[in-house]
Amino acid sequence: MNFKNMSVVFTGVGGQGVILASDLLSEVALIHGMDVKKAEVHGMAQRGGSVISYVKFGNKIFSPLVEKRSADILCSFEPLEAIRYIDFIKEDGFVITNTVKNFPLTAIFGKIPYPDNPIELLYKFTSKVYEIDALKIALEIKSPNVVNVVLLGAISKLLPFSDDEWFRAIQKKVKAKFVEVNKQAFSKGKEAISF
Amino acid sequence: MSKEILSGNEAIARGAYEAGVAFASAYPGTPSTEILENISKYKEIYSEWSPNEKVAYEVAYGAALAGVRALAAMKHVGVNVAADPLMTSVYTGINAGMVLVSADDPGMHSSQNEQDNRRFAYFAKMPCLEPSDSQEAKDFLKLAFEISEQFDTPVMLRVTTRVCHSKSIVELGEREDVPYREYKKDFVKYCMLPSSARVRRVELEKRLSKLRDYSNSTPINRIEMNDLDIGIITNGISYQHSKEAFPNASVLKIGMSNPLPDKMIKEFAKKVKKLYVVEELEPYMEEQIKMMGIEVMGKEVIPNIGELTPDIVRNAILGKSVAFEVPKIPLRPPILCPGCPHRGFFAVASKLNLTVLGDIGCYTLGAYEPLSAIETCLCMGAAISQAVGFAKAYKGPKKNRIVAAIGDSTFIHSGITPLIDAVYNKANVVVCILDNETTAMTGHQEHPGTGRTLMGESTVKLDLESLCRAIGVPHVRVVNPNNLKATEKALREELSFDGTSVIIFRAPCIVRDKSVWKKPLMVVNEKCAACGSCFKIGCPAITKDKSGKATVNPILCVGCGVCVQICKASGSEKCKNVSIGYCSDICSQICRFSALVEKEE
Ligand SMILES: Cc1ncc(C[n+]2csc(CCOP(=O)(O)OP(=O)(O)O)c2C)c(N)n1
Repeated sequence: MNFKNMSVVFTGVGGQGVILASDLLSEVALIHGMDVKKAEVHGMAQRGGSVISYVKFGNKIFSPLVEKRSADILCSFEPLEAIRYIDFIKEDGFVITNTVKNFPLTAIFGKIPYPDNPIELLYKFTSKVYEIDALKIALEIKSPNVVNVVLLGAISKLLPFSDDEWFRAIQKKVKAKFVEVNKQAFSKGKEAISF
Repeated sequence: MSKEILSGNEAIARGAYEAGVAFASAYPGTPSTEILENISKYKEIYSEWSPNEKVAYEVAYGAALAGVRALAAMKHVGVNVAADPLMTSVYTGINAGMVLVSADDPGMHSSQNEQDNRRFAYFAKMPCLEPSDSQEAKDFLKLAFEISEQFDTPVMLRVTTRVCHSKSIVELGEREDVPYREYKKDFVKYCMLPSSARVRRVELEKRLSKLRDYSNSTPINRIEMNDLDIGIITNGISYQHSKEAFPNASVLKIGMSNPLPDKMIKEFAKKVKKLYVVEELEPYMEEQIKMMGIEVMGKEVIPNIGELTPDIVRNAILGKSVAFEVPKIPLRPPILCPGCPHRGFFAVASKLNLTVLGDIGCYTLGAYEPLSAIETCLCMGAAISQAVGFAKAYKGPKKNRIVAAIGDSTFIHSGITPLIDAVYNKANVVVCILDNETTAMTGHQEHPGTGRTLMGESTVKLDLESLCRAIGVPHVRVVNPNNLKATEKALREELSFDGTSVIIFRAPCIVRDKSVWKKPLMVVNEKCAACGSCFKIGCPAITKDKSGKATVNPILCVGCGVCVQICKASGSEKCKNVSIGYCSDICSQICRFSALVEKEE
């Protein structure tokens, strides 16, 4: 098989489910028969801090880290976190960001305020910026916790995996009683966006 | 055999299972923690959280001596704690295999330093293996046990954050049936009196020279010949970065980095035009290669600070520098969770303007603004000893305001001996044990004070109060830090006492124990004077709206009530006593009301 190597960067705030999202993407790549690597940092970073996770898949992957200006997709769970890591996106890469803001304490006390129009700042790096109110969609199915899978559904449109493969990944990684709602979230996210 | 995506740590745990390991011990520490957490899922392996790394190393050593394969895992700085037994265990050797997993943290993602523990392996004359992904993490661990038994020595498996916490595909194998090796009494080998140590010292050198031959022939050191223009000698995760940055270069991949394969290095060096060493942190291989008289580029171009990435490697070797301007935005450092019981202690400590000598744990986050309460953090257990020295020598204005703050797990790890020092040498310090009944920072591990073991059994619970009394601490008391008045009273009283006191601030970690969660709080908008007092406790559930008033995020708030007490205390009558926050004019006009109330369901 000949696969194209791709890299996806997930960013967000500790506790938003960034790690599960990148786990699911890795799993679906494995199911598809690809080589896959992913990297993130546990520990300190999880205490409400900024979180980044890299996933790379294709024929053969060496480094688990994504180079600057090389990610095909940057999927951010929070607008400020999209800006923080925007230099990972390649020139014609896709940025998909949740629109729901999360104000860090430093924005309240520090000298630098939370930007008024965070999304605008992203365009300097790529023209392909897409917004999605993933919380609103998650609340439609009464599950604020599936924001991460709504976003996965959205970016799935840019990836070479079938729904069936995605659902198998969800089945494998998510607790049995949450599988259905996660599948729903995935489909809702997919519907919510067109590129 | 099936394939799975495993993190390096999960793969090491799987490797332990497949290698027939029967005993595993550790003290938690990022990035090593998940190794033991995953090993504990295998019923075939006895596993334990030890109170600290020295103990973890020694119990594993004891088990290997007795005849079963044993593993001890720790973060890089944990090896400092275990250094004493480590340095002599290489003299005695072991009986059944023993492997030390040292998980280093280049880039200091979650650590106080970024020491390179290959230096430890070299210093101890201990074989060192370095995997570069999860498959190798599993395979090298198994090989480490073979080397350990073949050469009668403990072996270090050195991994780094990007190996531990990266995931890649691993082929699973079966568990090996490893026979029990009967222990035979041998005092010259195992009892390091000087007379025996002198004998073993010679053995150590003989072994090292045999290990060097092994290193020259092992397939985990391998040459990948390609383009001859650039040759790269590299190890661990740097191998992956180098392959990505220079797919056509020739590479000598070092899987065994102590002792280095000298012959192989010389052979490789002869073949390529320009030779580089790509390694994270110290010029560990580079120095040895240069001592072989080989011309090589290393730290002249490759940074010795922080971790490497494919772009850093490429730019360093090609002499390029590339930077992309990211807009300036507020930082988002880790913070104390909403409802964290440490917050109450810090709010009062900051109000009383104490000098808090700190330690390592979630509570170290109390150093950040706006609490800004912790002043020092050196290593596990240092808070109390630092405070003893500080209190005895300090001549400044805050003479009677010196306290040590230390977590429960950290106290048990290495705070008990310093407390003995304080009492024995009559130090005038207040020791605050911030007891949230768990090892929170590293992900809520059990410890001797929780009354539960890693394997999920209940056990004797270490009683901190009795322990402190037995040490002879004259004043020992327990206070709930979520009660600010009680916290302040206890601190004031103990600060005025001339001698050593211990205040145990006890309240459960709210992430661990959700039963303490109460209804979320809310701000009554008309009553909020926008005085800003409640912002000063740095609770992520409280934010400021456009008019400067407080709002509480009901999704984050767990109703601990610390902000309510602050809000009430910001009233005019009490204003004079309040140095936390400030009172604006409008504030003092309406301050009799508390704006923060419990939210109706
Ligand atoms: C020698 C050493 N071992 C382990 C660690 C990793 N580590 C940092 S803080 C911590 C535990 C802190 O637990 P506790 O003292 O109970 O404080 P809490 O996080 O619960 O507030 C550990 C294990 C370290 N930094 N140094």
